[in-house]
Amino acid sequence: MNEILTHPSRIKVPYTWSAGEALSRFFKALRDEQKILGSRCLKCRKVYVPPKKTCGTCFVECSEWLEVGPSGTLVSFSQASYPSPAHRVLKPLFGLIRLEGSDTSFLHMLGETNLQSLKIGVKVLPVFAEKRTGSILDIAYFKVVS
Amino acid sequence: MKRTAIVGCGQTDHNGNRFDVTGIELIHEAVSRALADAELTIEDIDGVVIGNMDHFEGINGVELWSISGNGGILKPTIKLTTGGTTGSTLAIGGYHLTASGLFNKLLVIGWEKNSESDTTGAITTAFDPVWDRLVFAGAISGLAVEASAYMKKFGVTEKDAARAVIRDRKHAVKNPHAHLRREVTIEEVLRAPLLSDPIKALDICPRTDGACAVIFANEDYAEKICPKPAWISGAANRHPYAYLGDVDWYPLKSLALASQELYAKLGIKEPLKEINLMELYTPYSFANLSWIEALGLAKPGEGAKLIWDGVTDAGGALPINLSGGVLSTNPIGATGLIRAAECAHQIMGRAGERQAQGVKKALSTGFGGCFWSDILIYGSEKPS
Repeated sequence: MNEILTHPSRIKVPYTWSAGEALSRFFKALRDEQKILGSRCLKCRKVYVPPKKTCGTCFVECSEWLEVGPSGTLVSFSQASYPSPAHRVLKPLFGLIRLEGSDTSFLHMLGETNLQSLKIGVKVLPVFAEKRTGSILDIAYFKVVS
Repeated sequence: MKRTAIVGCGQTDHNGNRFDVTGIELIHEAVSRALADAELTIEDIDGVVIGNMDHFEGINGVELWSISGNGGILKPTIKLTTGGTTGSTLAIGGYHLTASGLFNKLLVIGWEKNSESDTTGAITTAFDPVWDRLVFAGAISGLAVEASAYMKKFGVTEKDAARAVIRDRKHAVKNPHAHLRREVTIEEVLRAPLLSDPIKALDICPRTDGACAVIFANEDYAEKICPKPAWISGAANRHPYAYLGDVDWYPLKSLALASQELYAKLGIKEPLKEINLMELYTPYSFANLSWIEALGLAKPGEGAKLIWDGVTDAGGALPINLSGGVLSTNPIGATGLIRAAECAHQIMGRAGERQAQGVKKALSTGFGGCFWSDILIYGSEKPS
């Protein structure tokens, strides 16, 4: 029988990605002011959250900035039942949230609740982390308010 | 087949670190400038081709990821990647796709953000994992062997190579897009820290963040868009080998064969006299000597004389790398496309302070990791 050999190796390459102009402004507002910002396309008027520098559809600047939320509506939700090293809590609940004033939905975690009591359309509010570093986790989770 | 031309170009202001923007934002900067140069809007464009090398940014599927910046939303959008030749492959792809008549006005984008990762680490992934990767991979090692063989064969010196560095770096001073815009002296080049004998730090290209966008249009549209389009006369390419141990070290066979094919096709007998300007993908100093021999500009071993005589300097009979070349700017996926954009802008008369006079024929090349070559020739006259 032919013996086929393998060659084990690995690729380890470090990366440091720029958050860029639009997301840096978004993250700094979360960290320093506990505010959620969106950017509006100057042509189609769509408000993007998280913000974009340019609207891909219209190909013009989204240079009008505004605060959105903090309250939002739950568009969809799900629970990850199996544990994963990527999860920050056991059986996390994920929600797709349409923040007030935004035209896009925003994915985050839901807290202080359980799968059985969640419903599409309920109002939610962000709970900010005490220690904020300028990342999406500066919002700890969203909680249901109605 | 339709005749096709470059009708607009845009480049970012290239830099060693564009941490102020994401890749998407960087791409958008170049695309906006190209559209403005052609006086078109994104609605006029009927397809997008984009390229880079995935491992430099660690992002696969760049055509999808960068869609809000590349203008490809709800249009045919594809990606081309061929390592170091990515930019010149993009130019050849733009030519083929518009010449076919399937696309009329095509946006072609090359970009790279080398600051986001380890360039040599990423280049290593382009080499055979069982064989070359362990011992011979990366940008510098193969070039150092090529240079050593060339020096030994013809008695060429490190000082000869340094003369070619000071040419490119001097040219870069007049290019607002160039990354390194400070002149250097022969002594500085010779004293720079050794990387891989005989290559020293100033003999080799930098790692750059930057993007370049070029708009191709076929004969049904080119002259309506641009008063002096840069017509594509032809393109050729050659890929010579798989493992580095198989390389013939002199001449650069891929470039010699690709250029011979194109010269024969276009009836060019004396390229030194018949071509007015070249933008060469020469990523290190010795390439500026030996690869112009492969291009038929000088006899074997006599490239250095052409460089010392100033023939290829600004104002010389055949200026080479008026942009400052790859030794001044190297956002890898954009590098070959910048060569095309520079040739096109020279023909259009839009090269600003680095403009050469009376450019009727220009030539650009691309070079990739395993000694392969791309070549394009451009003309001010519509091909017959």
